[in-house]
Amino acid sequence: MKYAYYPGCSLERNAAAYDHSVREVADLLGIRLQEIDDWNCCGATEYFSRNELAACAVIARNLALVEPQTDQLVAPCAACYLNLIKTDKLMVDHPEFGKEVNQCLAAGGLKYEPGRVTVRHMLDVIVDDIGETAVRDKVVRPLAGLRVAPYYGCQVVRPISNNDNPEYPMKMDHLLKWLGAEVVDYPVKAHCCGGHMTQISEPQAFELIRRLLQNAQDYVADMIVCMCPMCQLNLDGYQSRVNGFFGTEFKLPIMYFTQMLGIAFGIDPQKLGFGKEIVTAMPVLEAKLGGQPV
Amino acid sequence: MAAHIAEKKGTFLEEVIEATPGGERLVHCIQCGSCGGSCPSGAEMQYTPRTLIAMIGANDRDAVLAANTMWACVSCYFCTSRCPQNIPITDIIYTLKRMSIAEKRYHDTDAPALAKTFTDFVDRYGRSFEFGLATGYHLLKRPISMMKMGPMGLQMFTRGRMALRPTKIRQIEQLQAIINKAKELSAK
Repeated sequence: MKYAYYPGCSLERNAAAYDHSVREVADLLGIRLQEIDDWNCCGATEYFSRNELAACAVIARNLALVEPQTDQLVAPCAACYLNLIKTDKLMVDHPEFGKEVNQCLAAGGLKYEPGRVTVRHMLDVIVDDIGETAVRDKVVRPLAGLRVAPYYGCQVVRPISNNDNPEYPMKMDHLLKWLGAEVVDYPVKAHCCGGHMTQISEPQAFELIRRLLQNAQDYVADMIVCMCPMCQLNLDGYQSRVNGFFGTEFKLPIMYFTQMLGIAFGIDPQKLGFGKEIVTAMPVLEAKLGGQPV
Repeated sequence: MAAHIAEKKGTFLEEVIEATPGGERLVHCIQCGSCGGSCPSGAEMQYTPRTLIAMIGANDRDAVLAANTMWACVSCYFCTSRCPQNIPITDIIYTLKRMSIAEKRYHDTDAPALAKTFTDFVDRYGRSFEFGLATGYHLLKRPISMMKMGPMGLQMFTRGRMALRPTKIRQIEQLQAIINKAKELSAK
């Protein structure tokens, strides 16, 4: 199966582990990813705060650059995913606005027909298109004994439906169970990590991060498994700052679901970006996966 | 809020609706408070989204645009998702952010500065640039916190998670032409 691929800026550097593991896992599952040539930033949440038409035009350039023979586009980052799907939906639902976006694209010699491209998140592609049997077939190193808290965050499950529950999604729970992991109940699985608030109000952001870490710890999770680079950065990169702020001693690795897929599929952890996380996952993986070479 | 309010031309409600695709749902607000009750930032807000919508209906333009509500929003979309009247509340918050920035009504928040620094990088390179964002914005707005960020920045750098130079897309002129057209059209 062939998909256009939009990595987004985070996956270039900060979330390189996500990009590497997405590509490795896709390869093994027969998902052909073709990166959009010369894609640009989706503007995250910031462009919408300044100019909506420009925000959508910036995003729509990427939709316009999807090759004509492909109509499925995969984005692993939650913010990119929502921006792409939201822009397409705005153009479909509000044709006048869609025309304006196309007027902007025309200034760059481009055109996008609203609704042409279906935007998908990587989780949905693996769970819905590849499915349980094909995933289970590839598992050579089951994650038995590893207790994982599945963390979905906000922007994939809301406000536009990805055929999962926006309050209590289950797709990643299923996927991690197929890998043999023990998936803990995680009541805050679709709560917010604070997004860009770490840059604006640390007390506000740190409290949201603390709740997520505390809940995972209360449910005795060995790690949190996430599907968004912003969530990963906030929970992993800021974990020691959060500990300093609240006097807590959280030590929870925050991994991408594609990294855990890759481990279960027997892919070399180095190729999956293990070691790039700030709170190291190695001790818990070695302890729980029984001295496996991870 | 009753539908007849929207019929009053030239009201703030009318203005917000026009600036928000799907914004016409605003007139159907029943003031149930699902939005405020769902908001992870509600405790930080002067006015919860429910109150803010009531203020929009009451034509309280100045107070709405000066409120901190928009800047406490984390774009989690719980309010939008739970609104029984299908009001795109998060998008309305974005509309109010744009109005507040355009008229410089905000205060006590660095969110507009962050948005400007971020979008300036997009305009210039076509990609975001975390190191530039961290240094440019933080040095300007919060030098003390910048020092606290130091160890984390170093950890990110040693793990290959932070680039010191931005990436520029090849067709940057094309992107800039698109952005300039958008700015020209939206200025009308």
